[in-house]
Amino acid sequence: MTTTSAPPANPRPKRRPGDRIFAGSAKGAGILILLILAGVAIFLVTESFPALTAPAEDVPGGEGLASYIGPLIFGTLMAATIALLVATPLAVAIALFITYYAPRRIAAGLGYLIDLLAAVPSIVYGFWGIAWFAPRLVPFYQWLEENLGFIPLFAGPASATGRTMLTIGLVLAVMILPIISAISREVFSQVPSLHREAALALGATRWEMIKMAVLPYGKSGIIGGAMLGLGRALGETMAVAIILSGSAAGITWALISSANPQTIAANIALQFPESTGLAVNTLIASGLALFVITLLVNMLARWVVNRRADFSGAN
Amino acid sequence: MAKRIDVSDLDIYYGNFKAVEGVNVSIEPRSITALIGPSGCGKSTFLRSLNRMHEVIPGARVEGKVVIDGQDLYGADIDPVDVRRQIGMVFQRPNPFPTMSIYDNVVAGVRLNSARMKKSDMDDLVERSLKGANLWTEVKDRLNRPGSGLSGGQQQRLCIARAIAVQPEVLLMDEPCSALDPISTLAIEDLMTELKEQFTIVIVTHNMQQAARVSESTGFFNLNGVGQPGRLIEFNPTEKIFSNPDQKATEDYISGRFG
Repeated sequence: MTTTSAPPANPRPKRRPGDRIFAGSAKGAGILILLILAGVAIFLVTESFPALTAPAEDVPGGEGLASYIGPLIFGTLMAATIALLVATPLAVAIALFITYYAPRRIAAGLGYLIDLLAAVPSIVYGFWGIAWFAPRLVPFYQWLEENLGFIPLFAGPASATGRTMLTIGLVLAVMILPIISAISREVFSQVPSLHREAALALGATRWEMIKMAVLPYGKSGIIGGAMLGLGRALGETMAVAIILSGSAAGITWALISSANPQTIAANIALQFPESTGLAVNTLIASGLALFVITLLVNMLARWVVNRRADFSGAN
Repeated sequence: MAKRIDVSDLDIYYGNFKAVEGVNVSIEPRSITALIGPSGCGKSTFLRSLNRMHEVIPGARVEGKVVIDGQDLYGADIDPVDVRRQIGMVFQRPNPFPTMSIYDNVVAGVRLNSARMKKSDMDDLVERSLKGANLWTEVKDRLNRPGSGLSGGQQQRLCIARAIAVQPEVLLMDEPCSALDPISTLAIEDLMTELKEQFTIVIVTHNMQQAARVSESTGFFNLNGVGQPGRLIEFNPTEKIFSNPDQKATEDYISGRFG
């Protein structure tokens, strides 16, 4: 709104109606998203307030809010971390293959397929996980227990059903794989040919060109895609609820046993229908925890991206 | 270091389209050779075929021979990656890696080529290359800043430093000054004159004064019409091209009576 440079005879620059309508609607949309976010936050805080202040023995489990939500947070983070660790490198590799290695005709089809996978509802992955994937993982878990059982992560006894934390992590990985690779693919294909040719002209092989020009340029895009994937993994409800229903252990590092902590979202889905009173407030408090975790993770990612903003290639 | 380039019967294609036809030319070592001609006449395409950058474009291919130091660049057993390590290239628009610092930009090619290098050797190389590109005094205090923060002329000199850091035998420049102001252009022209002591330089330019100022030999490319392949019409010492060319087409183009 500053008009310092305008001549005194015409203090206000002419404003065209189109500009004003667009600026107004854009501003309105921006305010709306803030209002919605604030509304959600206020709802979560006020509704979880009774649980936050309730005496420990009234909270479900009878040992206070922290020991109720703690394992849930742990389970949520564990499942999401496994998913992200498995999915991100794979997704980046897929995206690189599609953009720089596959013959053009195959690449188009593959890209379409990846986008399609991103649209499959999560319940389908959940069914697939429990009915097909979990049983097939059992021998693998037994092998892990026998050979790597000394590592706490793979401590036995291995689950006989395959419905374990690791299975969840892997199913979530499959679920978030398409979204991460779709976004990475988009970013990789936008690397200016100027930069790619700079690398090639220095005598870079294709892989060296990718290391020099493509991956650094696409880093913020990869992180952005991974965050979207992580958001989906953290909040995923049905797939986790189906696979882990029944088991609700405390904090445990064992990934392949049948005793697993639930995740926040799945726990809410499983418990909510039968909850009343303070139990509902407790569930909402766990939702608040999920909200805060998601916020923190996104801020962390933004910080990582901005840390070297000068080098992002955006200028 | 500097090598002679012999091109014989070179045809260059994009898919089925023949872009350049029948080029025969000998480029002298330790000299600057300028390529001039109207847009779309194939001079950039020809330049890119000299270090096999042409074939980076899908469907692009070449027939004929480009011999450097007795070795055909398009021989069956030649790896294009090796060719590009010997023949550096500077592009029309400055293209330092935006994600790398000035320092890392200079050593980018060296890091590809060689195994481990001592930090002190690397520092020396950066200083030497940046001095060679007349950029050292301007950037020596901010080697860790991104290369994309420099001005256009500085970026282009950074790209030249990056190209000469690997000690190539030939330096190809594709309209290196077309995006630069006259002062930066002068800086780069001075630099080229210094660099030709060590390298064989081939430059594509739209600026005929530039060709006249810096080059020893000049090649004029032209095409007969849209859809026709470009040809090397005349290749002669620069003085002759600009004073008394053999071909009428060359004279017309140089004196502005083109088309």
